[in-house]
Amino acid sequence: MTAPPAKLTPTPPIPKVGGWDNFQRKYAPYIFISPFFLLFFVFGLFPILFNAYLSVHEWQPGSGLGDMKFVGLRNFTDNLTDPTFWLSLKNTAILAVESGLPQHLIAIPLAFAINMGLKRAQSFITAIYFLPYITSVVAISVIFFTLFSWQYGVLNAALNSLHQIPILGVLFPADKINWLGERAFVQPSIAMVIVWRYVGWNMLLYLSGLQAIPGELYEAAAVDGATRSEQFRFITLPLLRPTIFLAVTLSLIGGFQLFEEPFILTNGGGGVGQAGLTTIMYMFRTYNAYSDAGLAAAMAWLLFIVIGLLTLVNNFAFGRSGTGNNEAAK
Amino acid sequence: MTSTPLAAPTAPPRSISGKRPLSRAGSILLLFLGGVLTLAPFYFMFIFATHPRQEIFSLPPPTWFGHDLTNNYESLLSRMPFWRNLWNSLYLAVLTTATTLFFCTLGGYAFAMYEFKGKSWLFGLLLATLLIPSTLNIVPFALIMQALGWIDTPRALWIPGMANAFGIFLMRQYIGSAIPRELVEAARIDGATEFTTFRKVIVPLTGPAMATLGLVTFVQSWNGFLGPLIIFRSAETYTAPLALRTLQGIANTDWGALMCGVALTVVPLLILFAFASRRLIDGLTSGALKG
Repeated sequence: MTAPPAKLTPTPPIPKVGGWDNFQRKYAPYIFISPFFLLFFVFGLFPILFNAYLSVHEWQPGSGLGDMKFVGLRNFTDNLTDPTFWLSLKNTAILAVESGLPQHLIAIPLAFAINMGLKRAQSFITAIYFLPYITSVVAISVIFFTLFSWQYGVLNAALNSLHQIPILGVLFPADKINWLGERAFVQPSIAMVIVWRYVGWNMLLYLSGLQAIPGELYEAAAVDGATRSEQFRFITLPLLRPTIFLAVTLSLIGGFQLFEEPFILTNGGGGVGQAGLTTIMYMFRTYNAYSDAGLAAAMAWLLFIVIGLLTLVNNFAFGRSGTGNNEAAK
Repeated sequence: MTSTPLAAPTAPPRSISGKRPLSRAGSILLLFLGGVLTLAPFYFMFIFATHPRQEIFSLPPPTWFGHDLTNNYESLLSRMPFWRNLWNSLYLAVLTTATTLFFCTLGGYAFAMYEFKGKSWLFGLLLATLLIPSTLNIVPFALIMQALGWIDTPRALWIPGMANAFGIFLMRQYIGSAIPRELVEAARIDGATEFTTFRKVIVPLTGPAMATLGLVTFVQSWNGFLGPLIIFRSAETYTAPLALRTLQGIANTDWGALMCGVALTVVPLLILFAFASRRLIDGLTSGALKG
């Protein structure tokens, strides 16, 4: 662009056309961003403060606001002495690990495979893997609910026919698994659905992480005689570490807020032995069915603290060292 | 990872996209198997939508289309006002998308093109709100909506989210990088008010970013569950996912009808995705990648 330099003075002369023009120019940006801040105060910040207020009160939403009774920390101690709360927290943690870990262990090789073998069909393949992520949880859960059926389900039928294979068949169970009907299998079943849903999403994160690594690094390393496994160890892994950190953090935070999948797969009830009851589900039940808003609010804070602590631990364990190791790759 | 050493340094260095046929075949096999497992549940959704309940649950389970699609469809309509519910979903998603696009573009424009007192501080605050987990919001959200009398009305869901931090961030990034400041200043010199500049200069130029944000917003609203579960309390106001959920709850669920309804809610998104998968994927992952 070559424009006459005279016209490119950085600040346009402010025309002296009176108050309105200056006024609207000065305040326009504030007006433009005000909807966000107004809505955030009403529907974002206020609820959090309200939640804090609620958590130290005993209150049933059915009765009027006047019926709020200050109870100090009793809601917190009530939660902490409630075995079901601990059970829900344990379930949430197990589900977060059972669904979180496989997601990454499957997504990383898939991202490598796409990056390595299939440059041309790449967008088609990523689109297929991404489909579950854009499908509603209700639809997914309803579909899996039938696939999980004990006597007549597709999953058991498929496992059974895999069991018939001569030698490899030993790897697959001979008996039908009562997926959602037996306590031991409730959590793995829910985890399976979540893994199925989020593998594509994680694969995409890893793929863009892999593609951000400049190819010259590998070429330089190859010239220096580095083997492929050395390239993987000294280039790919350290440079991929921020991506791994990001993806793990996201599934950690998401995993501890699990609600929709377990809620629908267990028909809202938590399943056999409450094995599918997550903390958010229990909180929802405490508010919705038990009508105890204060107790539910305190539970939300407890879960918030757990998530915060885990994020801190995760930051400490992977975040810093992740950036530190990048130096080694240079 | 196999540790096959590379050829002698005299050979041209092979890049990671290498031509080793074995690892390439392995990659394709892995991706193919994963793809089949990813698509299988969708396949069975369509298959089951054409079978009556007793065929869905028989041995072996059906693997090809049956003849009961119309029966299932009629059964679905007799159990719930399905088109009404689908309309509710569409109405909510369209309204959410339209208002989100307007307010987020406006906010993104302000953060991208203006210098004003407190800007960086306000923008930092905006980004910080992205980090708050929704955990703390669920119970108060329900209570506030109750107090406002917004239970059973769609505005309880589209108003709170219409100017959201993610959308403003996305639009700011795009406007800041794609639209030259000179255009805005030229409009000013021509005497346009700030809002006219926004309407006549900015909006026509933000098409791609708006498409991305619009798709993401639409999909999330269409698939929403927890929000509608809290707000909508009657069969008439239910969105489609919510209505289908209640069908699953009753004893002797008509699984064929349910599958038919599920397929009908999934198909619109599949069509949307077929046309705009790239844009949708970029939008949905951009929050994580750029943030």
